[in-house]
Amino acid sequence: MKLKINSEVCQGHGRCYDLAPDLFGDDEEGYGQVLGDGAVPADKEREARLAVANCPEHAIELLEES
Amino acid sequence: MAIDDRFNRELFEAEEEEGIRSEIITGPVSDWATDFSHFEPEWSADPYPIQDDLRQRCPIAHTDRFGGGWLPVRYEDVAAIAYDTERFSSRAIIMGNFRPPRDIAPIGGSPPISSDPPFHHDARKLLLSAFTKMSVSKQEPPTRAFCHSLIDAFEGRDVVDAAHDYAQHIPMRVIADMLGFPPEDGPQFRQFVENTLEGINLPPEERIERMQGLFDYLLAQVHDHLDNPREDLTTYLINAELYGHKLEASHVTGAMALLLIAGIDTTWSAIGSSLWHLARNPDDRERLVTDPSLLPTAMEEFLRAYAPVTMARLVKEDMHWRGVDMKADDWILLSFPAANRDPAQFDRADEVVIDREVNRHAAFGLGIHRCLGSHLARMELRVALEVWLERIPDFSLADPAAVKWSAGQIRGPRALPLKIGRPGTGTGAAA
Repeated sequence: MKLKINSEVCQGHGRCYDLAPDLFGDDEEGYGQVLGDGAVPADKEREARLAVANCPEHAIELLEES
Repeated sequence: MAIDDRFNRELFEAEEEEGIRSEIITGPVSDWATDFSHFEPEWSADPYPIQDDLRQRCPIAHTDRFGGGWLPVRYEDVAAIAYDTERFSSRAIIMGNFRPPRDIAPIGGSPPISSDPPFHHDARKLLLSAFTKMSVSKQEPPTRAFCHSLIDAFEGRDVVDAAHDYAQHIPMRVIADMLGFPPEDGPQFRQFVENTLEGINLPPEERIERMQGLFDYLLAQVHDHLDNPREDLTTYLINAELYGHKLEASHVTGAMALLLIAGIDTTWSAIGSSLWHLARNPDDRERLVTDPSLLPTAMEEFLRAYAPVTMARLVKEDMHWRGVDMKADDWILLSFPAANRDPAQFDRADEVVIDREVNRHAAFGLGIHRCLGSHLARMELRVALEVWLERIPDFSLADPAAVKWSAGQIRGPRALPLKIGRPGTGTGAAA
């Protein structure tokens, strides 16, 4: 699975990097960024889903890769 | 003495106030669907049943007060308006009896909260880096020490006012520090805040005079910073540039006013409402004392259920919108608190569930105007509650009838007498 942030939609609420600091960080203006290539390790799936479900702007996508 | 012509006093006062005034109408509300007012005592005391009732029968309420306005109470409507900056302007964000002239847009009186695109983006960008989670984390150790000092001062008292003696002081101190204002000026800030947010039904002359007091204060601070520049937001704003020029004086003082006003009442309210909830719900309180790691989750639920901030917008042009006929310059009272209690958006919307894991609330707004200070507010709220629960794990309402709530768009307790056990020393949980 892979995480993606739509930067057009992100407003910098920071819920993703609050809830899943291993998967997200922020840029110098506070907008969310996925760390690395956005790949979600198996043991971080729950955190990833929590971040997606709590983004007030619906800016995060979790892509189920085959 | 440093000279900066932008802040020349005469020039600064020369602007005359133009705009539209409406008749001041107060008194009991006849029907909340057709005559709502967020300034009547019934609303201040408990707006939630009113909003819930409207959601059932008239999800976009109207009023002729304040020169005409609308109150949507469904999440989907509140979100749609927050996102639609084409049809709804932020040139005024406090719904009252005065509408600033149209040509004040897109900058507005207190950028960036009062700004519309495209100016909004650039004015906001100037401030974003000062309010990131990392930037505001520098304020955490002094905030924590300050919270402890407030509780130290409770020694020997069985009843304290958590709104007056605790919650209000925390954001005042933090924002004074960030702007570089003397910490002892706190009580003045409180007056400025009340005038701006709660004084909207005062006669215009009185309101203007009071606002002048705020801008006189800010101008004095600007001059002090021109003479003694230092590492703070005031000096930053004085020197900041936009489009190759330093900011207009009115932009500098408008932004300072925004940070001062918006930073205080809001967080004061969030801390107070959270403590009010915990004073009335011993199970939740005990659970958080036993398991402080739940606090960040619980805090989001307090922000959802007791969202302190309601914004306002002005309709740009006459239009038919989701079943109602809106007129140009009608107000929209943009109630994030009502959106946050919409059962179409949240399970058990009317319950406070402190371990709610999925909580896509709108307490800090939605879209381009997301609260600039949200990371600061969350830090202050978390630290204020952590320190309180560590030092005063056992507390309850001393007199439920003595709790008083603010009027208007920012809602939180302004009197909150709590019966407290003997405060602990902070070295561990008191028994």
